[in-house]
Amino acid sequence: MGNITLKNVHKAFGATVIIPDIDLEISDGEFVVFVGPSGCGKSTLLRLIAGLEDTTSGTILIDGADMTGEAPAKRGLAMVFQSYALYPHMSVYNNIAFPLKMAKADKGTIDAKVRAAAQTLNLTAYLERRPGQLSGGQRQRVAIGRAIVRQPSAFLFDEPLSNLDAALRGTMRLEISELHQQLKTTMIYVTHDQVEAMTMADKIVVLNAGNIEQVGSPLDLYRSPRNLFVAGFIGSPRMNFVTGEEAARHDAATIGVRPEHIRLSTTDGAWKGVVGVAEHLGSDTFLHIQVEGVGQVTARADGEFTVHHGDAVWLTPEPSKIHRFDADGNAI
Amino acid sequence: MARAVSTRRKWIATAAAWVVALVIFFPIFYMVVTSLKTEPEAIAGISLIPSGTFENYVEVQTQRDYFKPFLNSVIISLGSTLIALLIAIPAAWSMAFSPTRRTKDILMWMLSTKMMPAVGVLVPMFLIFRDTGLLDTRIGLTVVLTLINLPIVVWMLYTYFREIPGEILEAARMDGATLMGEIVYVLTPMAVPGIASTMLLNIILAWNEAFWSIRLSAANAAPLTAFIASFSSPQGLFWAKLSAASTLAIAPILIMGWFSQRQLVRGLTFGAVK
Repeated sequence: MGNITLKNVHKAFGATVIIPDIDLEISDGEFVVFVGPSGCGKSTLLRLIAGLEDTTSGTILIDGADMTGEAPAKRGLAMVFQSYALYPHMSVYNNIAFPLKMAKADKGTIDAKVRAAAQTLNLTAYLERRPGQLSGGQRQRVAIGRAIVRQPSAFLFDEPLSNLDAALRGTMRLEISELHQQLKTTMIYVTHDQVEAMTMADKIVVLNAGNIEQVGSPLDLYRSPRNLFVAGFIGSPRMNFVTGEEAARHDAATIGVRPEHIRLSTTDGAWKGVVGVAEHLGSDTFLHIQVEGVGQVTARADGEFTVHHGDAVWLTPEPSKIHRFDADGNAI
Repeated sequence: MARAVSTRRKWIATAAAWVVALVIFFPIFYMVVTSLKTEPEAIAGISLIPSGTFENYVEVQTQRDYFKPFLNSVIISLGSTLIALLIAIPAAWSMAFSPTRRTKDILMWMLSTKMMPAVGVLVPMFLIFRDTGLLDTRIGLTVVLTLINLPIVVWMLYTYFREIPGEILEAARMDGATLMGEIVYVLTPMAVPGIASTMLLNIILAWNEAFWSIRLSAANAAPLTAFIASFSSPQGLFWAKLSAASTLAIAPILIMGWFSQRQLVRGLTFGAVK
């Protein structure tokens, strides 16, 4: 089981409040991603759940039991760190075996579990090596192996892929998702990368300045952002925001339209603009367009749509995909 | 681009390094030379050619027992190093990984005790030792040497520990390691180069300490530094014998330093170059 409940969890360092009162419910087997910009408190929240930081007030329940004051190891959770945090003086085998040794498991059990974890993570050939002799991806797999052998009620990942290159990040993302399918254990994953959040999560928790802005499935957040922050944070490239007369025509203080929801034409449309920068990605082209009376707008075009700097284009936002926000930034 | 150094400049730099090294080494060399002279030769003026006699070494051993102060030096320097490490490892751990607002002040305060001249507390220390029966005991000297070197040991270990990423210790905590387990299985093995060089340096400092050793010991607990000083007698100075005694006293630590120099340099530059 891996149900985790946060009730009025509050964290402050002196007078600085990092996490104002937060309530959150994580169900057994869920893959939950905490996402938000740097300094939003997502890692602190994860560390509070892990027990590596003490809460200032509030309660953390794990499978119904109050774990607020318990030591990290007593919470039945395992954590994978951004820097892998492997023990450099131990072999891969001993790194993976370490939590079992601390739990005073017998040698036979330790050996069986370590070898099973190594097989799952394709590490069998590297068991005698030291972490320093492994690549970044292999080190991350050792860190995951060390977490798996504990058979925790939940895995905590603190930006585990940040130190890897783009190609390896994609591979590891898939591996972690597959691991979740296989183990069906609760996973809480912290990242600032919204692509990781969208592709991996069952449920995304968007954080901003310690507050939960919205909780929901990736597509819920994409389709129905609750406010300007979530609308701007989820989706790549980010949503275009338009204020002034154009917004007033839609009875809103601000309207938002995603780059992929703008139809482009060289002959006609609702807004006329001039192409500034065109980013050709092959399959898609992102155009940064200066639109008269609207401002800078980013639009996604088909890779075949060929325009250049200074060309005039017409833009038409899809009416059903226009998001409306009031003066406080909340969705209408 | 690597900086180009001409051959001529290399020769000059090498020659300068040799001159500096020889100047530093000369007193030790002259001590060994003097120990191989007769007493009249020793006071006759500077001469680098001894008659090659070993009689001073024989006399030093027959006049006074070398082995007892040697054993005292071994026990006191190793004992004080071991106790200092046992106290300093948890202290440095706490300051490196759970610092408070006062940590820097405490470190500075510890170091400030080294700034006071030792003679300033000689009288109270002597009285405390006399009244507690610690005068001329190995235990007494071990305690004193532990305390006087403790600030340096804590400082050095603190510097090494700060190089160890806190996430590794947090990982150990998540893995179920107790505080002791964290220190024994993770921190200490990772800090081995630092701990080893701290240990070697502390042994050298304790071995060479003379001020307290001479004043707080007599026949029973006198280490080798007191053994050397004992050759300065009311009948006058016997330079050749004094040199022989000094050579015998520094030989063990010189040999240890020679064999452990790589470890010592590695530890002292730990963290300086990643």
